[in-house]
Amino acid sequence: MSDYTRASLESVFREEHGRLLATLVRRYGDLDLAEEVTSEALEAALQHWPIDGVPIKPGAWLLTTARRRAVDRLRRDQSYAARLAILHVEQDRAAPVSAADEPSEDFPDERLQLFFTCAHPALQADDRLAITLRCLAGLTTAEVARAFVIPQSTAGQRISRAKKKIRDARIPFRVPDTDELPQRLPGVLQVVYSIFTEAYSASSGENLIRLDLAEEALRLGRILRALLPNEREASGLLALMLSTHARHAARTRDGMVLMLEEQDRELWDRDMIAEGSTLVVHALTGGSPGPYGVQAAIASLHAEAPTAAETDWPQIVELFGVLATIAPSPIVSLNRAAAVAMRDGPQVGLELLELLRRDPQLQSYHPFHAARADLLCRCNRFDEAADDFRRALALAGSEPERRYLRRRLMEAERSGG
Amino acid sequence: MKYMLLINAPSAEFDNGCSVEDWVQFGKEMQDAGVWVTGHALADLTTATTVQVDSAGERSVTDGPFAETREVLGGFEVIDVPDLDAALDWAARCPGSRGGGSVVVRPIAEF
Repeated sequence: MSDYTRASLESVFREEHGRLLATLVRRYGDLDLAEEVTSEALEAALQHWPIDGVPIKPGAWLLTTARRRAVDRLRRDQSYAARLAILHVEQDRAAPVSAADEPSEDFPDERLQLFFTCAHPALQADDRLAITLRCLAGLTTAEVARAFVIPQSTAGQRISRAKKKIRDARIPFRVPDTDELPQRLPGVLQVVYSIFTEAYSASSGENLIRLDLAEEALRLGRILRALLPNEREASGLLALMLSTHARHAARTRDGMVLMLEEQDRELWDRDMIAEGSTLVVHALTGGSPGPYGVQAAIASLHAEAPTAAETDWPQIVELFGVLATIAPSPIVSLNRAAAVAMRDGPQVGLELLELLRRDPQLQSYHPFHAARADLLCRCNRFDEAADDFRRALALAGSEPERRYLRRRLMEAERSGG
Repeated sequence: MKYMLLINAPSAEFDNGCSVEDWVQFGKEMQDAGVWVTGHALADLTTATTVQVDSAGERSVTDGPFAETREVLGGFEVIDVPDLDAALDWAARCPGSRGGGSVVVRPIAEF
């Protein structure tokens, strides 16, 4: 098989894996069985398609093949015999493999149920991320381990712990009812956003952004948005990730992180920004906005500004104000203070930061010290700025961020006494 | 599937403000829904006795455990419901989950 065929098949598989798995889990109520026959079906496709050609409905072909394997397994396993009768799955064995006569309704999209199962609050947060990447993004255990920079054994433990709890405590495969949805949806969005922030907050090491992981999060965000077209926060989350990720190519230069005002805006992905802006409109239309929608609106304003100086700071300050009421946190207050400084001048910003200085969370948050140092520079208080850059350096993790802070520290020291 | 709801209070003297009627009502709701299997409130923690048998087969009996443990098991219910979400819903309706108390939901192992 040519590399090209393999690559194009792999992209089909990435698309179909989550749907196939979700459908099979739904049908057989057994995540392990569903996983095994999903990978067997993909394996079979790798053997047959390069010779017989890719079927017209690859998804239906895969589903039929996987079902046959599942029934074979259920038959062989005595302990499943009773369940087999209950499931009435015998007809699956006889179902035709011909793709053309499989109606597409036969392959409904049940990934949303799988999202809610993988993001169930009864699972540990780390386990939720791991099982979501495993089941919905179709990552292997090794890939999950690489995504979180953890040993493969740890990733394996997280995945199997989650599976065991799903099975033994019987976490249901279902989408919550309309009255429960507002309570449960944030958990699902949180899982996807956590995968995205993990890609962006490499706490150590040489790379600031892990592209593959960010792209997985975007892919999951797109699926969620497609499955929940009326949920504005699903649009908000996708918009936030798009507007942020659109700037990734400009975020570093020569291994050093660049602040927004230093970035080459030519490198920003205009299509992604436009897509994000459109989604923001949906996220903010009708009713009071959610935190993802508001954050997306802020990211979108940054992305749309032709130059840093032309950024709509008054609007950004307003939006941070909204965010501070619906999702208050010291970090939101910090960001609002930074935006106020851009609108009203560094002195006003410094006064606001003074009020936040005692917050223990911000004490150990290097962007706080870096932001304060930056404002002190703008007020020509270079010696104090140097102290704050040193504080930030002591806390900062990734090498690109450290390089930026070292450069700023040197500049402050040179300008100071 | 059967789940046990373990009803915990943060201390022996703890009062979460729920009345006897609240508990009676909760029991009735479970029975009316046909999910109740069994359940009991436990007598005061000071009446508890602990038994241990060591490797030599020697039995030791001690008073307690006492309330220095952070959570005190005050009672339990066993319910039969389709899945964890249903069990969590019942746990949330249990008066013991309110006012600082908590309910631990444990699936009952099936062999």
